[in-house]
Amino acid sequence: MDLLQILAEAFRSAIAPTAAFYALAAIGLNMHFGYTGLLNFGQVGFMLVGAYGVAISVNTFGLPLPVGFLVGVLCAVVLALLLGIPTLRLRADYLSICTIAVAEVLRLLYRAQFAAPLTGGVYGLQGFARSFYDVNPFPRGSYGLLGVNFTHQALWVMVVGWGLVGVACAISWMLVHSPWGRVLKGIREDEDAVRSLGKNVFAYKMQSLVLGGVFGALAGGVWMLAQQTVTPELFMPQVTFYLWAMLLLGGAGRTFGPVLGAIIMWFLLSIFDGLLRGAAAEGLLPFLSNSDVGALRHAFVGLALLLLIIYRPQGIIGKREEMLVNVK
Amino acid sequence: MRKGAHVRKRLVTLLLAVIAVILAVPGAASADTPGGESLVVTLTDPAKSPVEGVLLTAYKGEEEIGSDSTDSDGEWRVEVPGPGSDYRVVLDPETLPDGVDVNEQAYERAPLRPVTEGQEARLLFRLVPEAEATQAPEEPSPSAETDGAAGADDGAVDDSADGAAAETGVSAGTPFGVAALQLSVSGLIFGLIIAISAIGLSLIFGTTRMTNFAHGDMVTFGAMMALMFSTGTIFGGIPLIIAAVLAVLAGALLGLGMEWFIWKPLRKRNVALIQMFIVSIGFALLIRHIITVAFGANRMRYNEYQIQQPIHIGPVSIVPRDLIIMGIAILVLILVGVMLQYTRIGKAMRAVSDNRDLAESSGINVDRITLYVWGLSGALSALGGVLYGLNQTVDWQMGFRLLLLMFAAVILGGLGTAYGAMVGGIVVGLVAMLSTLWFPTELMNAWALGIMIVVLLVRPQGILGRRERVG
Repeated sequence: MDLLQILAEAFRSAIAPTAAFYALAAIGLNMHFGYTGLLNFGQVGFMLVGAYGVAISVNTFGLPLPVGFLVGVLCAVVLALLLGIPTLRLRADYLSICTIAVAEVLRLLYRAQFAAPLTGGVYGLQGFARSFYDVNPFPRGSYGLLGVNFTHQALWVMVVGWGLVGVACAISWMLVHSPWGRVLKGIREDEDAVRSLGKNVFAYKMQSLVLGGVFGALAGGVWMLAQQTVTPELFMPQVTFYLWAMLLLGGAGRTFGPVLGAIIMWFLLSIFDGLLRGAAAEGLLPFLSNSDVGALRHAFVGLALLLLIIYRPQGIIGKREEMLVNVK
Repeated sequence: MRKGAHVRKRLVTLLLAVIAVILAVPGAASADTPGGESLVVTLTDPAKSPVEGVLLTAYKGEEEIGSDSTDSDGEWRVEVPGPGSDYRVVLDPETLPDGVDVNEQAYERAPLRPVTEGQEARLLFRLVPEAEATQAPEEPSPSAETDGAAGADDGAVDDSADGAAAETGVSAGTPFGVAALQLSVSGLIFGLIIAISAIGLSLIFGTTRMTNFAHGDMVTFGAMMALMFSTGTIFGGIPLIIAAVLAVLAGALLGLGMEWFIWKPLRKRNVALIQMFIVSIGFALLIRHIITVAFGANRMRYNEYQIQQPIHIGPVSIVPRDLIIMGIAILVLILVGVMLQYTRIGKAMRAVSDNRDLAESSGINVDRITLYVWGLSGALSALGGVLYGLNQTVDWQMGFRLLLLMFAAVILGGLGTAYGAMVGGIVVGLVAMLSTLWFPTELMNAWALGIMIVVLLVRPQGILGRRERVG
């Protein structure tokens, strides 16, 4: 077991494109939960419509990639409206159940046989990211950084992905520190109080849902650029739970919470994987087969969620008093 | 705020530094990783774990250009001579590990894959559990047990992950009326199973206001316990009926344990409900994947009651197994109803569910009642799991698939009411099954969830729920 190599791999995971799009989606979730107190357990649904928006418009309708991103974002807006209209007037738990259900229904619809001409069914779509790599400004080659190497393509995705993360952070920082953001926080703390001040709580919640959904859709789009293929199986509900774990690890209600959470989470996950695989390779864990490592990783995320909430609900950089939100 | 700004500043600096370093070292180690065109495959089994040692061969047109086995991460990579539009990768099904299979498009009709300049073209192979294919020949009668046939058909599109109930009991060519009747029967069975599992979810919500996301995995736990007692190597040979009773007891213990060691202490610490949801999600992930590690990711069946001759009642044919499932489910639902309606403890449960504070002030020991509710819920969900596993198959995701339908049932019937969960469950089961009359089977769960969303739009308190001011 080579500890240094495991560390290097962990560092790679922490800055890889994967961490970037998870951070982006978690920023959206932070908008929902961290600032507005909305329980969105279907963020992966927004990522799905974003990703397929890009892939379908490029592959099926031959539109240019930026237009594809626009379509993806529009899809997310529509999804947020559809989700919000029935549930945002109800108690918070209705939204949570509805979002998780809708995300799953979307996945079923996109993988269904009848949708295959559009979505490629279970095989998904490939080859829509070509024009993105055509404009790659980095010359072909391998780029090293503190002992880990990235291909010029991975680097290009990383720059775009982390760039978007930066933009999203900036946008959410500015919004949250505006009067609009203060109303959102008010809704999180006490919805009725805000309502009695004459604010249209429903409209504010809806705006927050749409905005966070748009970040989710962008994350889905970046994910697809990195993967270069989109299949419905990528959008399992576990993705949302990972996002929650990242958000809570970093600290909900802080601009950099989700970003920090995503980076640290991937770092830890990679170390966990590396140690487990290393131990398995040396025969220290005779009862574990290689395929169990993936399952144990999910279990690890579950345990992390559990312990975080119990012992440090505010995460790494969160404020404790901000996380004592209550559902009414 | 000052501290926050400080952290932000540090992070921005770090981010900028990282980008600067990346930009500063172009091609530092260009010899290591080739930048040319290549074909890449990552093979994972249905549990998303890498699959090692599978032989894949790349072709350009008809000409073989490379062949290799996947490494320990399930990765396979072959350099190709240049951009082109006629690459194919063919998988050798003989080298697949036991228990997984690949749809035949992967090796017989492998589609062409274009590779553009400098691209790492990723290809996708979907591995499915082998169970469906191998089970097929054992089925006695194709009209009563279409699972095998459906499995073979759907194998190509892999319904394994989502075919909550591929077994609809109707083969093509049945007259519409008969098909509708047959599907109503399977819908009723499915609905009863959902109802049994969902009562606990609703009672827990009623007494603690908490949405228990781990409920689905309590169902899986029950099914797996019965599997372990009846077919496992440790206890092997216990008849399924006794194993089911043991599983129900284990489920009750799980419920009691969760309340005793997790929820009660959390309530005592005044943890907010949102946090409780998230803890339950964490717990669900934990149980589910420990089960996966312990029992594997394949679909399994109980040994007993599998091969049975269907009985014909009028135009409907049903296997005795399903009749018994139906009988047990109805009996248990009636028992639970009687208990809730007439016994002291049942009345107390309804009282706590109705208004926790009022119940407490009228002398009910709310904590003890909550504990009983958790025990009852655990037992019922375990029973639901055993019945579901008997009706279909046992696998690690069964509970999660059922969870969304249970949510639909509970919302449909009215959150927090036990009877509502029963009615809602049966409606959801019927809707899911009857939808296959007109729509593809793969969408049956989508219809059930769609109904839930419609109900939320027009009658958010549910069919049996009482109207209250929300939002």
